Amino acid sequence: MSSVAALASVPTQSAEIVYQLSGIGKTYARNATHALQGIDLTLRKGSFSSVIGSSGCGKSTLLKIMAGLVPPSTGRVVLQGRPVTGPRRDIGMMFQQATLFPWRTTIENIVLPIEIRDGKKAALAAHDPARALLELVGLKGFDKAYPGELSGGMAQRAAICRMLITEPAVLLLDEPFSALDELTRDFMNMELQRICASRDATAFLVTHSIPEAVILSDVVYVMKPRPGRIAEEVVIDLPRPRTLEMITTPKFGALVERIRNRLDKEAFI
Amino acid sequence: MTAPANPAPHGADAETIWVEHVAWFDRVPRAVAMAFVFAVFIGLWELVTLLGLVSPIILPTPLETLKDVILVGRNLIGGEYMLAALWTTLRAVAYGFALAVAIGFSLGVLVGETAFGERAIMPYLVAIDTMPKVAFAPIFIAWLGFDIESKVALAAFIATFPIVVGTAAGLHSADANARMLFKTMGATRWQTLVKMKLPTGLPQIFTGLKIAAVGVMAGAITGEFLGGGRGFGELIRIASTQLNTPRVFSLIIYLSLVGMLLFGIVVWMQRHFVFWHKDRVVGGEV
Ligand SMILES: Nc1ncnc2c1ncn2[C@@H]1O[C@H](COP(=O)(O)OP(=O)(O)O)[C@@H](O)[C@H]1O
Ligand SMILES: [Mg+2]
Repeated sequence: MSSVAALASVPTQSAEIVYQLSGIGKTYARNATHALQGIDLTLRKGSFSSVIGSSGCGKSTLLKIMAGLVPPSTGRVVLQGRPVTGPRRDIGMMFQQATLFPWRTTIENIVLPIEIRDGKKAALAAHDPARALLELVGLKGFDKAYPGELSGGMAQRAAICRMLITEPAVLLLDEPFSALDELTRDFMNMELQRICASRDATAFLVTHSIPEAVILSDVVYVMKPRPGRIAEEVVIDLPRPRTLEMITTPKFGALVERIRNRLDKEAFI
Repeated sequence: MTAPANPAPHGADAETIWVEHVAWFDRVPRAVAMAFVFAVFIGLWELVTLLGLVSPIILPTPLETLKDVILVGRNLIGGEYMLAALWTTLRAVAYGFALAVAIGFSLGVLVGETAFGERAIMPYLVAIDTMPKVAFAPIFIAWLGFDIESKVALAAFIATFPIVVGTAAGLHSADANARMLFKTMGATRWQTLVKMKLPTGLPQIFTGLKIAAVGVMAGAITGEFLGGGRGFGELIRIASTQLNTPRVFSLIIYLSLVGMLLFGIVVWMQRHFVFWHKDRVVGGEV
C-alpha cells in the first residue's frame, strides 16, 4: 500500500505522522465475529482520509479502536507518539446522532467534555471559546437555546463544537451527517471542510456515501468485509478547496466510478 | 374528484376555505365538561337515593354527605380531634413516602447500575413485589406495635417497589449513543451516572414516584384499619361500625384530597425537574 501512497500528490504527504496503526485485528469474543484483520494505516497532520465500505464491514469498529474505546485483538495504535490505551482528550469524535442532552443548554452541552475532564469551573471558563466555536459553525446566539429548539443540522453543528472544544489533534467522524437530509448534508460537508482547513485538523471519516468520501478526502480507503480489511487506497487529487460544483466534473465521476467498482466486486464475496 | 382547472388565487374565495370538523362535545372547555360530568354523577346519585333504590345506611343522599363534609371540615378547622387524626395519618404517609423514596431509590440504583444487583437482587424484588403486600400488615403490627411505626412500615413497603422499578428502568433508558459519548469523554462511572443516566431516567423515576404516592396512602390507611391507632383510617372504621355512612363518605373525600395533594406535589416536582418536553432524552434528532 505504501507504493500507492508514494504516488499521491497530496500536499500533506511530507507532514508529520499523527496516527499510526499497524496490524490491527479485532475479533469480538461474544459472537466470535472476525470484524477486522491486518489494518495498517498512517494519517499525516492536516490530512483528510475516509474509509468507505458496506454496512457491517467493520468501519465503526476501526474507529472505536482508533479512539481507544475498544481494545484491538492484535496490533497497535499510536497517536502523536503515544500508544492509545483508552479515551484521550486529543481525540475528538462525532457520531451519526448529535446526542445533545435536553436538560442542558446548547453551550452547556458544548462544554460538557471540559466539565467531565476538568470540572465545573473549567467548564464555565470554556464558555467564551465555546461561543467562538458557535460562531464558527454559524450558530451565533444559540448558546442559551435548548437542543429541543434546534433542527437536525443545527444539532450536528453543536456536536461539532462539542468535538472541537477540547482542541483535539484528530477528528474521528462516524457517518456524522448521514441522518440529515441530502441538501443539509452537502452543506454540512462543505462546512466541515472549511472548519478542518481553518484549524489544520487531521480528520478520519467513516461513510457509506462515495461522493461524500471523494469530495472531502485526500485519500479514500475502500474496505472489504468479513473480515474487515483495506482493499484499496484511492488518492483523490482534486484541487482544494473543494466545491459542490466539482461533483459534476468528469474527474470526480471517474473517481466515484473507480471506488464503486471496487466496492461492488467485494460486497458480494 | 375533479381537479380545478383554474385554482382561485389564495384567499380569493373565502367560502372555499377548508375547515376541519370537530364534534361539538370535543370543543367544550375542559372546566365545563368536568362540571357537566360531576353534575350528572350527583344527579344520578340523588335519583338513586330519592327513589329509595338503596337503603340510606348503604348510600346516604348527596345532601346528607355534603352536610357531613361541612361538619368534618368545621372539626378540622377548629383543630379538634379529627385534625389530630388527620395529622397522625399525614405523618404516617409522609414518613412512609420518605422511607420508600430513600430505600427504593438506593435499591433502584443498585439494581439498575450494577450487574450484581440486576442478577442477584432484582429476582428477589420481583418475587416480593408479586406478593399481596397488604397481607404483611399483621406481621408489621406484631413487630412494631399498634402505633404509627407499623403504618409507616406498611406504607413504605407498598410504595418502595414502584420506585425501585422506575429508577432501574430509568437508568437503563440511556441509549448506546449517550453511553458512547460519555466513554469518549473519559467519564468515570460516577459522572456517567450523575450527569447522564439519572437525568435521562428522571421521567421513569417520576412515574415510579407517582405510583408510589398512590400506594403509600393505601398502605397507611390499610395499616390503620388493621392496626388501630388514632388516624383517619381508625375514624373511618369507627364510623362504619356505627353505620354512619355519611361520615365514612366525607372522611373518604378528605382522604382523597390528601392523596391528590401528595400526587400533585410529585407532578409539580416532575414539571420542575423534567422541564424538557420529550420523553426521549437524546435530542437533536430529525
Ligand atoms: N460490540 C460488539 N459485539 C459483537 N459484535 C460486534 C460489536 N460491534 C460490532 N460487531 C460486529 O462487528 C462487525 C462490524 O461492525 P461495525 O464495525 O459496526 O460495522 P460498520 O460500522 O462498518 O457497519 C459486524 O458484524 C457487527 O455485528
Ligand atoms: Mg457503523
